Amino acid sequence: MNTATTTVNGHAGHHDGGHHPTGILRWLTTTNHKDIGTMYLSFALIMFFVGGIMILAVRAELFSPGLQLMQPEFFNQLIGVHALVMIFAALMPAATGFANWQIPLMIGAPDMALPRLNNWGFWLLPPAAILLTMPFVLALFGIGDGAIATGWTFYAPLSVQGGIGVDFAIFAVHILGISSILGSINIIVTIFNMRAPGMTMMKLPLFCWGWLITAFLLIATIPVLAGAVTMLLTDRHFGTHFFNAAGGGDPILFQHLFWFFGHPEVYILLLPVWGLMPHVLATFSRKPTYGYRGQVYGFIAIGILSVIVWAHHFFTAGMPVPALLYFMYSTMAISLPLAVLFFCWIATMWRGSMSFETPMLFAVGFIVLFGIAGLTGLVLADVAADAQYHHSYFVVAHFHYALFAGGIMGVMTGVYYWLPKWTGRMYSETLGKWHFWLTVLSFNLTFMPQFFLGLAGMPRRIPDYALQFAEFNAISTVGSFILGLSQLLFAWNIIQCARGRGAPAESRAWEGAEGLEWELSSPPPHHSWEVQPQVK
Amino acid sequence: MKRLAAPALALGALQPAAAFADYQWNFPKPVTPIARDTLNIHNEFMLVITVLFVVVFAIMIYSMVKHRKSVGHEPAKFSGPTGKLQWFWVLVPFGMLLFIDFVLMGIPAFHAVIEMEDTKTRADMVIKVTGLQWKWQYEYPDDGIKFMSNMTTPPEQIANQGAKGEHYLLEVDNPLVLPVGKKVRVLLTATDVIHTWWVPQFGVKRDAIPGFIRETWVKIEEPGTYRGQCAELCGKGHGFMPVVVKALPEAEYAAWRDAKKTELAQAAAGAERAWSKDELMAQGKEVYAKQCAVCHQPEGQGLPPAFPALAGSKIVTGPLLSKDGKLLPDSHVDRVLNGKPGTAMQAFKGTLNDVELAAVITYERNALGNAKGDMIQPAQIKLLR
Repeated sequence: MNTATTTVNGHAGHHDGGHHPTGILRWLTTTNHKDIGTMYLSFALIMFFVGGIMILAVRAELFSPGLQLMQPEFFNQLIGVHALVMIFAALMPAATGFANWQIPLMIGAPDMALPRLNNWGFWLLPPAAILLTMPFVLALFGIGDGAIATGWTFYAPLSVQGGIGVDFAIFAVHILGISSILGSINIIVTIFNMRAPGMTMMKLPLFCWGWLITAFLLIATIPVLAGAVTMLLTDRHFGTHFFNAAGGGDPILFQHLFWFFGHPEVYILLLPVWGLMPHVLATFSRKPTYGYRGQVYGFIAIGILSVIVWAHHFFTAGMPVPALLYFMYSTMAISLPLAVLFFCWIATMWRGSMSFETPMLFAVGFIVLFGIAGLTGLVLADVAADAQYHHSYFVVAHFHYALFAGGIMGVMTGVYYWLPKWTGRMYSETLGKWHFWLTVLSFNLTFMPQFFLGLAGMPRRIPDYALQFAEFNAISTVGSFILGLSQLLFAWNIIQCARGRGAPAESRAWEGAEGLEWELSSPPPHHSWEVQPQVK
Repeated sequence: MKRLAAPALALGALQPAAAFADYQWNFPKPVTPIARDTLNIHNEFMLVITVLFVVVFAIMIYSMVKHRKSVGHEPAKFSGPTGKLQWFWVLVPFGMLLFIDFVLMGIPAFHAVIEMEDTKTRADMVIKVTGLQWKWQYEYPDDGIKFMSNMTTPPEQIANQGAKGEHYLLEVDNPLVLPVGKKVRVLLTATDVIHTWWVPQFGVKRDAIPGFIRETWVKIEEPGTYRGQCAELCGKGHGFMPVVVKALPEAEYAAWRDAKKTELAQAAAGAERAWSKDELMAQGKEVYAKQCAVCHQPEGQGLPPAFPALAGSKIVTGPLLSKDGKLLPDSHVDRVLNGKPGTAMQAFKGTLNDVELAAVITYERNALGNAKGDMIQPAQIKLLR
């Protein structure tokens, strides 16, 4: 493999013999970072709709008290698979798609460091998605009793008791995990070895920094998840008793292992988004990013804190007082580096010359709504109050503010920001703005009532509820359907650009955009940077 | 209580919602010291984060209005704090946040945790709560009282075939009865999967973990009936295992306790006499409906593969006991008494008395499409325990 110091003309010639496979074979065999990025992003978009349809069925069931559309068994399958699909098959691939497209462009490299590995990393995803959803189909033919019905958390012993859906989910998670680790290795190797001459680590674009921390977190925590689900598998089929008290095991061990992965996972999903925010804010404020170093150190601090706070996800399971206090205070400490990021975002906008194109709207929406997630997270850290919030709709609302408003709206920010670069076409600004306003309003209509449902005492993951919860649930369901339908505008806008509709985009698609990626044509040439640029 | 009619048009539905509005915006009325503390802390925290939210985003919105390209604002060039004064203003918010985190919120949170976890000091009585799929068992170890608490909401209401009652999904046959004004130490465990015992008005939520004991405490300050639910996903009946607690003044509690003791003693005495098959069948039908029908279904057809059919089942129609009257491994009696580990089939010997066990076994062998013709006596069950 070429190192960062050589030019890559000879290497490029090796690939550019004019004998690219076409049709399906092109996509199956491609090692080009942009093709692979496109596949990741398309896969993520499709799975976003798959996961969305599942949860709309759930919200429809919850529209009014009583069981209308489905039985509890099926309801439990939908909520768990919704979460697994959204986290592992929509948000994570979307972030990896960004990394594939953007990292080589931003650091002045011709491609990712390990292109064949890159191809494999993507093509592991479709089989995993099929494994995850296949039990639904098998059940239609009378095989098994449907998909995993334990929620996405796989808690033992419920998951030991479950049907074949659990086994399918275990193998799906293994494959998705391998894919994530391969992607992470590739990103780390690329960032460490293929930066343009002159681009020191402290000149690395923040998006790449965010992804670098994500990649390390993935490599650190995915093996723990893989270990936990493997122990679950052997408990289920090979007579071990890791999680069975009668055999000397402990069900809470599973929760520790799961959340040792699960909490960093939140930051795995969010760090790439935090990384891209300063680029968007600086572009549309026409002003340099504020506090570059502060943000880099903030990412690193959050990365470290994220692996030492896991037990706040199960305070109600009971643990010694010193452990409760430790996990409470360490969790509260995360608010400090997070506040650094908020401070830098707002300071980047401060005294700029702002304009509000769709990416900027999404960025601002992200900051405000993700602020709600952060602040409610701070109160959730309090063990005593957590006893009321935990396992309730308050938590459901909280993490949807974090993962929809934080994660998915962050991804949408990036898509609108970079779509002109990727497709060479400007998307429809009118549709983009409609999409933004409908998304923000219906998102709040969906999830704001859930905070109040949680406070009033509605547990999460119940298919039917007591009468005092009826009004807020009805509002939430109406909101969720508007939210779901609004996403069709998003898909349409992307499809139009991909088909070459819309005004041609310039190299520097946005007036205030800074960075290497804006110096290449839109769309960029086949081998992004054939001659490495010099960074001063 | 007339609420939303089942499926209605989305917008139409909002109207009755507004008309009948009893939206609840905060925790329900607290009735224990912990719940009161939690509510106060929660209110304080909500105030703090609301202020933070408003201040931070007021600054941002001010900037968004003033520093726009469309009003001709020229961008500044700074990219970080310069000079001591700027550094001071950058560090002030973080000093404030440190104060909010670890003093303003951290100190009350510390005291609340210590109080919540202090289950033992001056506890007046102990009760044991066991979570099972999908019901609760309550035990008063000092008084030898033990009973199951099942949801009583009829299936027709859940299927929208009848008007829903006031306490839809939050009503049980035997509520947990506790005295007012006593500190009650609550020990929690489970037999199958993890459940969570939660009564919002008590401010208490604690997991019931199979094979382990967890604990919490309540001191109810006023008489009344308090309702909550299982809060940890525990399978298909998760939404249907309410927690109902009836708090009585001390004298009334004592009367209830004595009556319950007598009732249970009479039931246990039944195990000594010989029962006729008709008696067992009649009682077995009741037990089956309460304990078994949710999985094995009212007609015994089951929900395969997770919940096998009992009608025509090899196990149910197999031999009752060995020739010398001993328990046969994996036989019908063994399954009912000891359950099947790793499945939803639980061990009923801890939750049902001898009469109930004998009755339900006899019933399953001679109803639900089975006609073995044999029966088992409560006295035999007693010997097999």
